[in-house]
Amino acid sequence: MSGSTQDHLVYMANQIARNFAVRGDDAAVAATADHIKLFWDPRMIAAIKGCETAQLSPIAAQAVARLQG
Amino acid sequence: MGYERQPDFGTPLSKSDEQVSLTIDGRDVTVPAGTSVMRAARECGGDIPSLCATDSVKAFGSCRMCLVEIDGRRGTPASCTTPVEPGMVVHTQTDRLAKLRRGVMELYISDHPLDCLTCSANNDCELQDTAAEVGLRDVRYGYEGANHLGTTPDLSNPYFLFAPDKCIVCSRCVRACDEVQGTLALTVDGRGFASLISAGTKEDDFLSSECVSCGACVQACPTSALMEKSVKQLGKPERSVVTTCAYCGVGCTFRAEMKGNQLVRMVPWKDGKANRGHSCVKGRFAWGYANHQDRITSPMIRDSIDQPWREVSWDEALAFAAGRITAIKAQHGARALGGITSSRCTNEETFLVQKLVRGAFGSNNVDTCARVCHSPTGYGLKTTFGTSAGTQDFDSVEHSDVILVIGANPTDGHPVFASRMKRRLRGQDGKPPAKLIVIDPRRIDLVRSPHIEAAHHLPLQPGTNVAVLTAMAHVIVTEGLADEEFVRARCDWDEYQDWARFVSDDSHSPEVLEPVTRVPAAELRAAARLFATGGNGAIYYGLGVTEHSQGSSTVMAIANLAMATGNIGRPGVGVNPLRGQNNVQGACDMGSFPHELSGYRHISDGETRSLFERDWGVALDTEPGLRINNMLDAAVDGTFKAIYIQGEDILQSDPNTQHVADGLRAMECVIVHDLFLNETANYAHVFLPGSTFLEKDGTFTNAERRIQPVRKVMEPANGYADWEVTQLLANAIGAEWDYQHPSEILDEIARLTPSFAGVSWDMLEQRGSIQWPVNDQFPDGAPVMHVDGFASGKGKFVVTEYVPTDEKTGPRFPLLLTTGRILSHYNVGAQTRRTANTAWHPEDLLEMHPVDAENRGLKDGDWTRLASRTGETTLRVKVTDRVAPGVVYTTFHHPQTQANVVTTDYSDWATNCPEYKVTAVQVTPSNGPTDWQEDYEEFAERSRRIAEQEPAE
Repeated sequence: MSGSTQDHLVYMANQIARNFAVRGDDAAVAATADHIKLFWDPRMIAAIKGCETAQLSPIAAQAVARLQG
Repeated sequence: MGYERQPDFGTPLSKSDEQVSLTIDGRDVTVPAGTSVMRAARECGGDIPSLCATDSVKAFGSCRMCLVEIDGRRGTPASCTTPVEPGMVVHTQTDRLAKLRRGVMELYISDHPLDCLTCSANNDCELQDTAAEVGLRDVRYGYEGANHLGTTPDLSNPYFLFAPDKCIVCSRCVRACDEVQGTLALTVDGRGFASLISAGTKEDDFLSSECVSCGACVQACPTSALMEKSVKQLGKPERSVVTTCAYCGVGCTFRAEMKGNQLVRMVPWKDGKANRGHSCVKGRFAWGYANHQDRITSPMIRDSIDQPWREVSWDEALAFAAGRITAIKAQHGARALGGITSSRCTNEETFLVQKLVRGAFGSNNVDTCARVCHSPTGYGLKTTFGTSAGTQDFDSVEHSDVILVIGANPTDGHPVFASRMKRRLRGQDGKPPAKLIVIDPRRIDLVRSPHIEAAHHLPLQPGTNVAVLTAMAHVIVTEGLADEEFVRARCDWDEYQDWARFVSDDSHSPEVLEPVTRVPAAELRAAARLFATGGNGAIYYGLGVTEHSQGSSTVMAIANLAMATGNIGRPGVGVNPLRGQNNVQGACDMGSFPHELSGYRHISDGETRSLFERDWGVALDTEPGLRINNMLDAAVDGTFKAIYIQGEDILQSDPNTQHVADGLRAMECVIVHDLFLNETANYAHVFLPGSTFLEKDGTFTNAERRIQPVRKVMEPANGYADWEVTQLLANAIGAEWDYQHPSEILDEIARLTPSFAGVSWDMLEQRGSIQWPVNDQFPDGAPVMHVDGFASGKGKFVVTEYVPTDEKTGPRFPLLLTTGRILSHYNVGAQTRRTANTAWHPEDLLEMHPVDAENRGLKDGDWTRLASRTGETTLRVKVTDRVAPGVVYTTFHHPQTQANVVTTDYSDWATNCPEYKVTAVQVTPSNGPTDWQEDYEEFAERSRRIAEQEPAE
């Protein structure tokens, strides 16, 4: 896995979502959004919000949509 | 304190609650039942001469020196092997005893050199003392008969020598090796007059033997037969200071024995609660790096990294650094600045670095080397138990019945604790041995070593920890072995039921998962049953758990397992992370992570933040900062410009070396604060010389949450302790700090951190050490946590699904590489490579199974090229069946190897702890170093240049 910062962030968001997926969609979206909010710096959140949604898994995409920019 | 031997009571302390009263030479004394007469005499202020007794090992009764007379008993029993009895009347000094002792001593001395004045143990020798005590004045036999004089000493060990002519064959060394260290490397060879201490190898020297150079034998030796070479060279110490070792997370207490500003030797301190008088080759002997010629003691600067370094004054270096920081902040904002705290530095120093970043730089971009080792422990244990820390003290292992070791190699990584664990695994004090379960891809030493054999070794495929633990949970729940009474009382019952349902699913059975984990299902079932039903079950884990893409999940799976089996909240059980560096726990406690302040309180918590803001008189950024890997990304993107790195070599210790190099190269101001020009310093603009743990006051917090004092034993070679350098830097950018001593920083930590509220320097001086939390609820600290309930109220079960890593083997990279440590080296080796420890491990080797080696035409010692999708390096191969087919293993102690050129930048999903333990690789024969290795070596050499100073007029 190498590439741009945005690639890294997309990978990270998808990986978080994948690990929460076992909780069921709604809970996983909430947990992913919470996790990103708790641990990501604002420029990372801004960057992920600027990503193509298609790169994100459905859970990650919904979680990112919930984040305040 | 001056120099004197620590009191030796001759035989170990009895832990009996029953008290026994007796009379010794007219003095009344009360001691625990099981105490020897010798110990009772010494505890009430008397002394019985002895040679073969020392309180670190069991009584042996061979020297015939400690004889006593007891009213109503015939003969003269040995006081070391005679337990006290109620009403006993003992006489230790009678004419009859004096005559007997003198006669025995006469025999010893008839075969001992009389070179006391030139002997390295002169005035620090138990044989000499005992000869004085018994009043030996003459040896009637003369010295002409058969003797052992003039034998050649064994100088093979770099740190100590064995001089057989000084040996009285008391076997204290043999017994210390057996009982304290548990290596059983030594023996008494031959019988009677021919008896000799032997390391038991063909060459019969210490270095080529099984000896691990822990120093227990040297410590136990009553003469100069086993003696530190440094004492032979420098003479007897004149003063001593008790302090804490700066190597691994065990945190051994040592006495630094000094002559002026010269360290003569480090001696393990019996009152140290982590080590109880034991040591390993690193802490005991490998301190020579402190004065190594490579150490840099002058500040240096340069405009760009292609220039040579320029030695400058502290003022100039600090002004240069402050100028760059201030300019970058003005142009790019505070969030372009950051810092890295060090797990090798003290709590106080770590606290100051994060205070510098948050309070003076104005960002939360602070991270620490725990990111790359135990950040998943913090996340996982906080989520499940409510506290980011291990649950026990090290003494707890004495009460364990089943010990589960997963992803840890204690005999190499945490050797002193491993010795304590091994003691329990061999059985002690009449208790049957604890049973051992090892979950590790590699057959670590613990699996089978003298008198120890694991009940189960589950050699799992690297990367399948979660699957294995879930399968164990499956067995425990579906076979009705869970401790539901405990769970109902202490944990959230609904969450438990969710979890139990999840693990009970057939898809998590050992049989279904066997193709993934490669662990035979029957063996896994047996291990799970043993853990659930074998009595007190304790789990010890290390970086083999955390350094995975599912590190945090594995930590939570471990916590789930402990809660489900009721193994929390009393001695002998618990979840025990074996921390890598000396102060990983402390660095995490001190608010080194970008999202939280000291005591694990989130930066978004307004109440906590305002507490700090009021105390520091600054406004804090309300948002989390960047983690180290994100700092490097942001640097490449141009939004992160300056970093202050205290005591960490991120270029060597962080994954994907080229990515780290790219990030550092993109920054405008890299300040490295270290002992040596480390690999990271190749990319630095400012080098601030650091101080060693011998040169400063402060505290370290070990793996058992034990806060221990570090004391200055010599002046800093660079002029300043590290906390002073951070303060100078802070003040250069206008912070106006005024700490005179680390105790003032500790007071600030206590003031701002509830779990440290009761800690102070004076308290540590009085108590020696204390385990946090220390506050109104726990005024004496907490050896065992979660005794009456979890910190967060109810224990939380977290469903952990096995998500395989994206790092996959395939036709091009068919093998899995996993990494680890070796006993003689520490981390990236910056310290230990600068000591004689290289005698044991001069280079990193690649361990490979014979089948894989044969398929590649490789034999032991061949050069190989180790390549992954990320990069490649070369190193020599060691063919061994310790690793399974398909798995290769190496260490990362040498910069020439640069194992992290090969590792990927996959990381833990929750904390971004790098996945060091799984890399798909190919191994092929090779002729020598790769281009990267050669280029890097040339670059490193160029970038370490220091400009010649103009000669003074």
